[in-house]
Amino acid sequence: MIRKSVIIILIALLCLMAVRCRSSSLPEQEEETAEEREELIVVGFSQLGAESDWRSANTESMRSTFTAENGYQLIFEDGQQKQANQIMAIRTFIQQEVDYIVLAPVTETGWDTVLQEAKDAGIPVIIVDRMVNVSDDSLFTCWIGSDFELEGKKAAEWLNQYTLAKGLNPSDLHIVNIQGTIGASAQIGRTKGLADAARANGWDLLAEATGDFTQAKGKEVMESLLKKYSNINVVYCENDNEALGAIEAIEAAGKRAGSDIAGGEIMVISFDGVNKEALGYVLEDKITCIAECNPLHGPRVRTVIELLEEGKQPDKFSYVSEKIFSADETVMTLMVDGTECQVTILTGNPSY
Amino acid sequence: MSESKQSAGKNPSGAGLGSKIANMTDTNLLLTITVVVFFAMYIGAILFQGKGFLKPQTFFNILNANAALIIASCGMSLVMITGGIDISVGGVAALVSMCCAVFLDFHNGNVFMAAVIALAIGLAFGAVQGFLVAYLEIQPFIVTLAGMFFARGMTTIVNTNPFNVANPEFVAVKETRIIVPGFGSVNKLGNYVNAYIEIGVLVAILTVIVLFAVLRWTKLGRGFYAVGGNSQSALMLGINVKKTKFLSHLICGLLAGIGGFVYFMHVGSGSASHASGMEMNAIASSIIGGTMLTGGVGNIIGTFFGVLSLSTIQNIVSSAGLDQAWWTGITIAAMLCLFLVIQSVVMARKKMALQAKI
Repeated sequence: MIRKSVIIILIALLCLMAVRCRSSSLPEQEEETAEEREELIVVGFSQLGAESDWRSANTESMRSTFTAENGYQLIFEDGQQKQANQIMAIRTFIQQEVDYIVLAPVTETGWDTVLQEAKDAGIPVIIVDRMVNVSDDSLFTCWIGSDFELEGKKAAEWLNQYTLAKGLNPSDLHIVNIQGTIGASAQIGRTKGLADAARANGWDLLAEATGDFTQAKGKEVMESLLKKYSNINVVYCENDNEALGAIEAIEAAGKRAGSDIAGGEIMVISFDGVNKEALGYVLEDKITCIAECNPLHGPRVRTVIELLEEGKQPDKFSYVSEKIFSADETVMTLMVDGTECQVTILTGNPSY
Repeated sequence: MSESKQSAGKNPSGAGLGSKIANMTDTNLLLTITVVVFFAMYIGAILFQGKGFLKPQTFFNILNANAALIIASCGMSLVMITGGIDISVGGVAALVSMCCAVFLDFHNGNVFMAAVIALAIGLAFGAVQGFLVAYLEIQPFIVTLAGMFFARGMTTIVNTNPFNVANPEFVAVKETRIIVPGFGSVNKLGNYVNAYIEIGVLVAILTVIVLFAVLRWTKLGRGFYAVGGNSQSALMLGINVKKTKFLSHLICGLLAGIGGFVYFMHVGSGSASHASGMEMNAIASSIIGGTMLTGGVGNIIGTFFGVLSLSTIQNIVSSAGLDQAWWTGITIAAMLCLFLVIQSVVMARKKMALQAKI
């Protein structure tokens, strides 16, 4: 009995599907869906993953910008740190005939084929955050992102100005660098910014070790560095999450995180400025300085799409202008690469 | 499908669909369910997701992206039919892709030799694991777990950082597309675009056909089922149980090697994180395809549809705008659960029906 009923249900399901299938192929219904789509601009966004607060803020910015109220429909695909997933996502977008593709690539190389497919399908591709390395620049419409090396230079220059103002001897700075995921554009740029400055200013760069942009790994690395070197007085963390971990490790070792190097404190320098806890720590003087890496790409991408909708051509490469945060008023302006940069002094509640 | 050679119920009265199902072997019954569910799902996707799924290229893209998984899952099904398991396939695939990438890029090797390396790595893993499982009688889970760790570790030793292969000969092979005539579609610009598949898909389909034939029509194939169903009786029937188990792991290793190479041809890069979770997807696909973890039951065609179902679900979830990555995981979990329940319910019903007849 029950066996039969199972079979009957299965058959009924199939029939239902078949009937629906036939009805959906009627022309009126197709027109209806086409009309629905015409109203909204469909944007396919292939995000590389969700590894840090920065990435989450980036995703959230895109999601809150491309809403139905603003006249957009966003199709979001999480690549989970794999290029193969992202290529699959772009191919899916092409099949769905989205109006624009936004890509935050996980690696720089290997995008030629799929971007050519998008170009052949007449879909503009906007690259955000990391760069793509393709043989033909016309494969993508434009790129929006941060200059990671400039961020590193800013943070290093801030440290330089600070030590000069405090009258500290450069060779007395014993720095450890907790790096990001090796090979990521952010890690390469920020590491270079510090290494160049250390060489130029004669700082003592004790060690470089990767903390994979995570709090847990940042703590672990800092713990072992503290055991290995007793004279560390500056920690350069390549994102906020690592800085939080490093501070935990410093406090667990019975030391203090702060800007008073001469008084035995360990200065923490960090990047991103997205994590609320980290910005709070700036006010408490546990993190001395944060070079911002702005994740709010949603509105910027929207501006580009609006330009394209009007038939105008946006700039091929646009760097996001970024600030540097501190609660310490010793350094007010920086000169980096010949341009002046104001230090944003945090006094109250952080902006995000 | 009604053809059932080894039918458990020897009931000649074939009146009605109900008794037809009772006459089917377990393998065929589960296969039927898988195929029906896959088609239902795909038709559902066309209905509710609209035009993306109507295009044949969407389907071919699923094949292109999952050719490697299909091959690895075939090996997995074979081992599972024999009553074992092999969780090293993802690690082996990663190792193969890294070794081939290093060989092609740093040593300027040719593609043919790279394929040979891939097969050799796969066979080596299969042989060692097969020997440990079959002749030293160590649990397959433990053996292949060690294999997985070893393969992942070796991948990092071969080369730590991920990189893309620029070898022109390889890129040419990677970019080769086989046009599927008659399935093209007109794109937004009004151009007609041909539907295509990658070389890997042909390899995958060939693997499915060969393995299906071996399992169905050869003595060795029936031996796999016999050993998985009940190794004691298989022994009494004069089957060399140890050799059969060894061969199942050997073939699985070989297929992991081939799968790794196809994966490498699809992504064109080497990385220690490649194919992570592939072993779990292969197990899930096999189960959805009607292979039972307890052994003795399974079908390669079902595994093929299992992979397609799994990736179709992923496709549906993402195009439905369920934007968080965990939605995919949750739907796959729900689907696995559903399949396991259907499997056990149907099997239980069938058993009851048979007992009632006796």
